[in-house]
Amino acid sequence: MSVIEINDLYKIYDGSHVEVRAVNGINLNIEEGEFTAIVGPSGSGKTTFLNLLGGLDRPTSGRVIVDGVNIWDLKSRKLIDFRLRNIGFVFQAYNLIPVLTAKENVEFIMQLQGKSKEERDKRTMDLLNQVGLGDRLNSRPSKLSGGQQQRVAVARALASKPKFILADEPTANLDSKSTETLLDIMEKLNKDEKTTFIFSTHDARVVKKARRVITIEDGQIIRDESR
Amino acid sequence: MLFSISWRNVWRNKIRSIVIITAIALGICAGVFSSAFYQGMADQRIDKAIKTELSHIQIHQPEYRQANDISKYIPDANSIAAKIRQFPEVHGVSNRITIFSMIASAETATGVKISGITPGDERLVSNLYSKLIEGNYFEENRRNPVLVGRKLAEKLKVRLGSKVVLTLQDVENNITAGAFRIVGIFNTQNNIYDESNVFVLDRDLRRLMNLPENTGHELAILVNDNENVPIVQNSIKADYSELEILSWTELSPEMNYLNEAMDLFMYIFIIIILLALLFGIINTMLMVVLERVKEIGMLMAIGMNKLRVFMMIVLETVFLSLTGGVLGVILGTLVSKHFETHKIDLSIWGDVYADLGYDPYVYTNLEISLLVNVTIMVILTGILASLYPAYKALKNDPADALRIE
Repeated sequence: MSVIEINDLYKIYDGSHVEVRAVNGINLNIEEGEFTAIVGPSGSGKTTFLNLLGGLDRPTSGRVIVDGVNIWDLKSRKLIDFRLRNIGFVFQAYNLIPVLTAKENVEFIMQLQGKSKEERDKRTMDLLNQVGLGDRLNSRPSKLSGGQQQRVAVARALASKPKFILADEPTANLDSKSTETLLDIMEKLNKDEKTTFIFSTHDARVVKKARRVITIEDGQIIRDESR
Repeated sequence: MLFSISWRNVWRNKIRSIVIITAIALGICAGVFSSAFYQGMADQRIDKAIKTELSHIQIHQPEYRQANDISKYIPDANSIAAKIRQFPEVHGVSNRITIFSMIASAETATGVKISGITPGDERLVSNLYSKLIEGNYFEENRRNPVLVGRKLAEKLKVRLGSKVVLTLQDVENNITAGAFRIVGIFNTQNNIYDESNVFVLDRDLRRLMNLPENTGHELAILVNDNENVPIVQNSIKADYSELEILSWTELSPEMNYLNEAMDLFMYIFIIIILLALLFGIINTMLMVVLERVKEIGMLMAIGMNKLRVFMMIVLETVFLSLTGGVLGVILGTLVSKHFETHKIDLSIWGDVYADLGYDPYVYTNLEISLLVNVTIMVILTGILASLYPAYKALKNDPADALRIE
């Protein structure tokens, strides 16, 4: 069953002299439980494509259908709520809330969802244990290494039980050991929680782990391989 | 958690927050202290006006005050006084004979208001006896004693024991005069009052003016509490509708306005301070929002709605302002409380304050309502200061914000 259905997606930036087609007519279906890498050289449109999927950047035309709803038909307020309930984000620069502890960072998103304290506590503990940070609950991001911060970010992305997780170059700032740990955790969560992962990368180690690799160049899919 | 995030955000850039909190605290401290200072000054002026000059309530014949016609006396003043003394709220009643007249020394002469009093009764109404700097309050049995103010003594170039002549009209409009000896000199710190009032014994002035016994021009009443003035005033009005019965606020409306004017003035002063602080806070919060573009973008991306983002900035601004405000209120209270018992000496400015009727020594008076109002005003300032930065925060586009390296 498709989690996301992408139809004729375009994102065209109208510069003063030149028109840039960052996403140039993409059609794609992402199935539930996929562990998919979007690859391509810098400037190929990976980040823009993920932003369009995540409801962060408005496409020039085309549809992104999640659960039968074109997310770009939603009003701005509804769209924010949609992101909160359906999409998990992992960013290249971790982007945790610096004044909150690891536990609070994970809990925060569930609080926005209005989950009960009991449910929040249980899921937070569970997720942080799964990413191997059960002993760093009360550490603020500044006291954690880059790899640990990104693991908290993954736990946060999963906390809301989203339909899919978008990770934009999640390992770009990590050393090889942290990259490997993070990938193992993501892969395990993908299997255990049955969460769909879509991540952009140009890291060969990440690509190797992916079960589907979509290559984008000049805003178009030039290759789509499943393993 | 929004509260927690906002509060912790205040302390992210400690130095910057401490600088603005200090500015707010000092501003509010100055505002609170100034208010307490001027309130104390006004209260002392009113207190003095009541206890030395006016008393709480005065009773006259209706025409007496307008024309200063000494023939318009209250015929049965002593019996009325005796009845009013029975009121449980009344502290004292003094029957006074008053006349505007001339006082002359060997050097010069000037116009004054002469009050003929019975010292025992007057003591319960006026604290003039405590304002003597020389001599005594009619304690020695001497002939024709008179109390004069320091300023008048200087003007007439007389001393304790000097003789002065009071020239006045009697009730039959004949000019008459009497030689009086100065037995006491008072200083109420109100130069105008001290220069224009003298006190003699009731019996001496009554004889000089040929005024019948049991009569008087003015019944001055001191009530045990200012709040009881209307009760007493109305009771007397009910019993003696033919007389003019006025409270101190009616006798001297400017005294009543003094309080309100001082309040208004202080609130304007505090508003000016807050207005200056407002721009400091806006500046700080704009820096905060600008610094956190990426973080705010991330919060919006993961699903924090605009209202929550807006509230986060509003709360952070209010916390920042309130921390400074509360510190300022505490600091201002401590300073003001200290000067409630330790006088602030303004006498280095000479007689300026005494010339205006104010004490040269001020004791602050801090009103709790002021502290509550200032705190509310600080919160409102915080909210006002947060609006533009919070609006700027909402203008962030998550996708653009997240691209920032």
